[in-house]
Amino acid sequence: MKTDNLEQVETISENSIIDIMTHSDIINPHIRVEGLNLNIGENHILKDVNLSIPSKKITCIIGPSGCGKTTLLRSFNRMHDDSPNVKITGKIFVDDENIYDEKAQVISIRKKMGLLAQRPCPLPMSILDNITYGPRIHGAWNRRKLYATAKHYLTEVGLWDEVKERLRSSPGHLSIGQQQRLCLARGLAVEPEIILGDEATSALDPISTKKIEELFVTLKKDYTIVLVTHTLRQAKRIADYIAFMYMGKLIEFGTTDQIFNHPQKQLTKDYISGYFS
Amino acid sequence: MKLLEEKIFKALMLISAFVIIAVIGYILFTIVSKGIGSLTWDMISKGPGGGFYLGKEGGVLNAIVGSFYLVIGAVVIALFLSIPVTMYINFYLTKTSFFAKTVRFSFDILFGIPSIVYGAFGFAVMIYFGLKASLFGGIVVVGMLITPIIMRSLDEVARFIPRDLIEAPLSLGATKYEMIKILLRQLMPGITTAVLLAIGRGIGDAATVLFTAGYTDNIPTSLSHPTATLPLAIFFQLGSPIEEVQNRAYASALILTIIILILSLSARYFSRKLSKNKV
Amino acid sequence: MIRFRLFKDKTARLSMLGITILSLGFLLLIGIGLFYMSLPILREKETWKLLTSSNWKPFKGEFGFLPYIISTLHVTFIAIVIALPFSLLTSIYLTEYASEKIRNFFAPIIDLLSGIPPVIYGVWGTLTIVPFISEDIAPHFVEFSSGYSVLAGGIVLSVMITPLLISIFSEVFGSIPKEMREASLSLGATKWQTVKQIVLRKSLPGIVAAIALAVSRAFGETIAVLMVCGNIPIIPSSIFDACYPLPALIANNYGEMLSIPSYESALMMAAFLLFIIIVIFNASSRLILNRIERRYHV
Repeated sequence: MKTDNLEQVETISENSIIDIMTHSDIINPHIRVEGLNLNIGENHILKDVNLSIPSKKITCIIGPSGCGKTTLLRSFNRMHDDSPNVKITGKIFVDDENIYDEKAQVISIRKKMGLLAQRPCPLPMSILDNITYGPRIHGAWNRRKLYATAKHYLTEVGLWDEVKERLRSSPGHLSIGQQQRLCLARGLAVEPEIILGDEATSALDPISTKKIEELFVTLKKDYTIVLVTHTLRQAKRIADYIAFMYMGKLIEFGTTDQIFNHPQKQLTKDYISGYFS
Repeated sequence: MKLLEEKIFKALMLISAFVIIAVIGYILFTIVSKGIGSLTWDMISKGPGGGFYLGKEGGVLNAIVGSFYLVIGAVVIALFLSIPVTMYINFYLTKTSFFAKTVRFSFDILFGIPSIVYGAFGFAVMIYFGLKASLFGGIVVVGMLITPIIMRSLDEVARFIPRDLIEAPLSLGATKYEMIKILLRQLMPGITTAVLLAIGRGIGDAATVLFTAGYTDNIPTSLSHPTATLPLAIFFQLGSPIEEVQNRAYASALILTIIILILSLSARYFSRKLSKNKV
Repeated sequence: MIRFRLFKDKTARLSMLGITILSLGFLLLIGIGLFYMSLPILREKETWKLLTSSNWKPFKGEFGFLPYIISTLHVTFIAIVIALPFSLLTSIYLTEYASEKIRNFFAPIIDLLSGIPPVIYGVWGTLTIVPFISEDIAPHFVEFSSGYSVLAGGIVLSVMITPLLISIFSEVFGSIPKEMREASLSLGATKWQTVKQIVLRKSLPGIVAAIALAVSRAFGETIAVLMVCGNIPIIPSSIFDACYPLPALIANNYGEMLSIPSYESALMMAAFLLFIIIVIFNASSRLILNRIERRYHV
C-alpha cells in the first residue's frame, strides 16, 4: 500500500506543473509560491511546491500529519528564520513582493499576516494591552485611539461583551476558546491582509471551534485566509479552496467542490475517502 | 536476605535524612539560643558608640546598612551583565550553538570559583589602580561573585520559555528586541527568585569583602567610603576577648540568619508562583 | 519608524553580544591576572620547591606551600568522607523512596542549608564542634587538642557541601529514565536491588562529577574553615592538630603583606593555585554533567 502511494507521488510530480497551470487562472492571487523547497538538515521537507492562494477566500491546506502543511504555512511569514539548519529556496510572492528577497523586511511582511497558533498564547500583559500590543510596536500611541482599536477588534471577534468589564486584568482567566479569539483579535489589530491559521481550533471544544469557524467565514470578505487543518470536515465546512499535500509535495489544488467531489488524483481520492490519514 | 538488605539500607537512608534535619535544627538552635540574649533594639537601630568594642553601647546598624548597600549595588551590576547574556544566548543563538555552549560553560566555571579568589583578585586589581578599600570596590567584587549565580538561574527559566510565546510577538511583526521585552515580563518571577538567592549569597559572604570593602563604624555616604558588612562584623567581634563583644557577635549572627531565612522563604514563594503562573 | 525600530533592534543585539563576549573574557582575565601577579615569585623560586617545601617564613623570604596544600587536602578529604554517605543515602531516599510530600518538605531545608552563610557555619563550629572535639573526642586519642583542628574544619565543611551533593545527586538520579527502573522491577528485583544495580551504576559518572564539584567547593571555602581550624602553618600529624588551608592563608595575610617583597606575589600564587585546581575540577565535572543532561533530557 505504502509503496503504491510512493510510486504515485513520483508520477504525479511530473504532471504537477500542468496541474498548477490550470489553476493559475485564479484572479490576482494574494500569495504565490514558486518552486519552494525547504530542507531541515538532511530532510527534504517541502519539495518544489507551486501554489497560488486566491485573495479574500478561505484556503485550507490538508494532508496527513508530517506532510509539511504547517511548514508551508509558516514559511508564508518567514517563521523559519530563526530555526537552525533550515534552508529555503524558491520564491513566495505576497502582493507581488518576494518575501524571501534579500531586501524584504521581515517585520513588515509579518505585519501583513496574522498568525493563529494551535494553542492560544496570550502575552503576559492585560487583555487590553494584548490587543494594542501590535499597533503600539508599529507606532500607535494615542491611548484613546488604542482603546477604540481594542474595542473594535474585540467586538469583531465577539469577545467585547465577555471581557469589557475586565480589560485590565490578565487573560489567564479566560477560557481557552476566549483566549484563542483574543489572539485572533490581537492579530487583526495590526491590520493584516492575510490570516494564517495553524490548526487553530485543534485545542478547542466544539462550541469554541464553531465560533472561530464562523468568524473565519465572516472575516473572508476583508481578509485572505489560509488554514492548516487535519480535520477534513472542517475543510469541507468552511473552505473555498483546498490544497492537498502529501510527503512534502502539493498533490492537488482546487475548489472545495472539485477536491471533495471530483478529485483528479488517486491519492487525493484515497485521502478524502479516509483510506489513510 | 534480599529483604534484610533492603531493610538495613532503608533504615540507613531514614537515619541520614533525619541527621541532616537534625543538623540544620542544631545550627539554628545554636545561633538563636546564643544570640537571642544580646539581641536588643539597640543592636539593629544604632551604629557602634564610643567603646563599643570594649563592650559599651551601640549596635551593628552600620554593618546591616553597609551590607544592604553593597548587595544592592552588586545586584544592579549582576543584572546589567546577566540579563543581556542570558537573552543573547537563549533568543539570538540556537540551542546547538557552540558559542552559547561556551558561554554557559564559562559561567558554570565562574560559578564554582570561590569567593576568596574573587576577593584576592579584586583587591590586587584595586591596588594596581591605586584604589583603597571602598563600598565601590566591594560592590564590584560581590557583583562578580553573584553574576554567575543570577545568570545560571535566569538561564534555567529562559530555556523553558514556550516556543509559542516567542513566536506570538514575532508573528505580530515585532523585532527581536521587542520580543525580548515581552519575554522579560514573563521571566519576572524567575528574575526575582534569582535576585533573592543572589542577595542571600552576597550578603553572607565574607571572603569577598574582607579586603575590598574595608570596615568602618560609619554608614557610608559615598561610593568611595569604606563600609562595614555583617559577616565581617560577626567575624571581628568574635575575635574579641571581651565576652560582651562576643555575645554581640552571636546577636549579629542571629540577625544575619534571620535575613537569610527571610530571603530564602521569599525566594521559594516566588519560584512557586513561577511554576503556577505559566500562561 | 521601521528604520528606527530596526536600528534599536540592531543596537540591542550588538550590545548584548558585546556584553556576552566581555563576560566570556572574564574567566580568562582572572586566570591571566592571577598568573601575572604570581610571576615574581615563580621567577625567583623554583615552582616545584615552592610546592614541596614546608618552610613558610615570609620575613626571610621563604615560601613553602606544602603545609597549606596538605591542610587543604586533609580538610577536604574528611569533609567528603563524612558528607558522602549521608548525602548519597538521603538523595536515594528522596528520589526513589520518599513521597511527594516528604520531598516538598525537604526541598526548603536543603535550600536553607545551602543558603546559610559561611560565617554562620563558622560561628556554629566554634560554639559546638570545637569544644566537642577538645572535650569529648580528642581526649580518647591524644593528650591535648584545642579543638581547633583538621577534624573541626572537616566536619563544618561536610555540612556545607552536603546540600550541593544532595541537589546534584538528586538531579543525576532523576535523569535516569523511569523505564529502566520499571524494567528491573518487572524482573522481580527489589527496590533496593534496582537502586543498586540500575540507578547507582548508571549514575556513576554523575556521582563522580558531583564529588568533584564538592571537592572544588571545599577547596575554596574560606571563612568557615578559617574560624575552626586553628591556622598554624605546620603539616598536621593527626586530625586533632591545627592546620592552615590555602584560602585561610590568603584571607589572614592579604592586605598586611605589602612591605615584604614577594609576599604579595606568594599569596597571589596561592590564589592562582586554588583557581587552577578549581577550574580543572569544575570543568571536568561540568563536562560530565552536561553530557548526562544531554543524554537523558532530549
